[in-house]
Amino acid sequence: MRNVVSRLASSVILFWIVLTITFLLARAAPGDPTTVLVPPGASADDQARLRAELGLDAPLAIQYARWAGRLFKGDLGESFARRMPVRTVLAEAIPVSAGLGAASLALTFIVGIAVGMYQAARRGTVSDRALTIVTTTVYAAPSFWLALALIATFTYGAARWGFPSSLRLPAFGMRDPASDATGIAALGDLARHAVLPVITLAAIGAAGIARYARTITADLVSQDFVRTARAKGLSRRSIYLRHVLANAWPPLVVLLALAIPGLLAGSVFVEGVFAWPGMGRLTLAAVAARDYPVILGATAVYAAAVILANLAADLALPLLDPRRRS
Amino acid sequence: MAMPRRDVMIPLLLLLGLTLGAIVVPLSADDPRTMGDVVAQRFLPPFTTDGDGAFHLLGTDRFGRDIFARTMLAARISLVIGVLGSLLAGGVGIAIGALSAWRGGMVDRLLMAAADALLAIPRLILLLVCAALWRPGTVTVVAVLVATGWMAVARLVRAEVLGIRARPFVEGAAALGARPARILWRHVLPNALGSAIVAITLGVGGAILLESGLSFLGLGVQPPQPSWGNMIADGRDAIVIAPWVALAPGVALIVTVVAATFLGDALRDRLAGESVATLRDRA
Repeated sequence: MRNVVSRLASSVILFWIVLTITFLLARAAPGDPTTVLVPPGASADDQARLRAELGLDAPLAIQYARWAGRLFKGDLGESFARRMPVRTVLAEAIPVSAGLGAASLALTFIVGIAVGMYQAARRGTVSDRALTIVTTTVYAAPSFWLALALIATFTYGAARWGFPSSLRLPAFGMRDPASDATGIAALGDLARHAVLPVITLAAIGAAGIARYARTITADLVSQDFVRTARAKGLSRRSIYLRHVLANAWPPLVVLLALAIPGLLAGSVFVEGVFAWPGMGRLTLAAVAARDYPVILGATAVYAAAVILANLAADLALPLLDPRRRS
Repeated sequence: MAMPRRDVMIPLLLLLGLTLGAIVVPLSADDPRTMGDVVAQRFLPPFTTDGDGAFHLLGTDRFGRDIFARTMLAARISLVIGVLGSLLAGGVGIAIGALSAWRGGMVDRLLMAAADALLAIPRLILLLVCAALWRPGTVTVVAVLVATGWMAVARLVRAEVLGIRARPFVEGAAALGARPARILWRHVLPNALGSAIVAITLGVGGAILLESGLSFLGLGVQPPQPSWGNMIADGRDAIVIAPWVALAPGVALIVTVVAATFLGDALRDRLAGESVATLRDRA
């Protein structure tokens, strides 16, 4: 219990350090956010008034104190570019990215672990080596390149090679702008639009996980308890699904936490290419516009996701692995 | 030392071949292949011979430029950034990790807190915020790759140095009167570098991917200087009518990253013993 409290406390401190670093980095950038906010030909006076209104005329230390004070009360401030509370802007974007991320993460793990275990069970064979080349290649592909390759296949390729219409998948946006479907039909439309982005993220993620799952499983397979299980005459299926997988869980859960930053970063590009209005697109736009409150808000969300995932993995380990309970 | 085996030679030869191509192919860069005839030569598909009899292995882009020549020209910048970015980040990481472990106390705690904080932000987000700091360009990309890439190596080296410091030969060196700096430099560090070398080799692929990502977003290498990332961005609008423009440079990139990964894996089998890499941040 004391361990949990101290882990929580250090997570909060870490979160604070991350936000402070981002605050300083963003402010250290040359250029003034107000230059993109005033119309061309605006007077220097107008711009100065805008700077004052946004609180940018105060010394950096004062700005930091104000920002920190507001954050304590749970107020993330107002977007410079959109004049909306950052909280509202984030609330629009988070569900998009969270949905995309959750679907991709689930697929990543199911496929990644299955492929990795299959390879470990057939270590050294041709199919193992072929799969290693496949996973390494997919893991080496930039997400935006894979996204474009899928778009090319399902648009250019679909027309050229005569795909059936059910396989002509939409490449842009979250829903069909022309359709006013509701309920199940709207959900189906969303699912069709989600196929390519989810495959892009999940393929790369699964390739990375498979490389690790193979190593983890291969280490386990050479241990005595597996030999015992085999000697007892258990089927291969039962050895892998019950004995090996049960012991592979702890490192796989750590891997799950480690996979989250990569997924978040990948989603920046995937949302960009497929025009999904999520956190990734929001962050890109905020960086381009020097929209400090949104940059900080987005970083807070990303950092919280990473820190919470690590914390959850740390706390879950003793539950999964009795040897770690002390 | 034993002869390098296949697992080292094949990726090494691939990388050397690509480097050679990157040096040699663009030397003919002032011939019409590079800046083509816009009207007659734009968007020629791969394996086409144009009106002037020039053969375009990978086709041409919207300005009629030969994609093979440009991909090789881009390889120069992408390879240099990848190798330099990973090497310098590794160097900084080794220095900080060694310092942290050797000094201990407050220095150690501060440095490791900074490393943990930077590791808690997805590297790409950190890169985006940093890339907005300076004017985009090659030097900026390398600088932000170093600023955001040293932490993992620092943690590895710190752990290694702490472990090695407790071994008897370090005590022996101290008993013989060697000064602490000499012990660290001559006795501890050489033994601590195995996993750092593996992490740096594997980091080359990650650095190339991140460079391509920044350049794809327009925050990295700036046109007309081609890099794999900005070439893919260039072909993005034409993806439906001329997919080869965006896809060809990506294939070169993937081959490079795969070769660097296999090389890193092979080195790990030799040098590090255990798994040292974490999942890399993606582009």
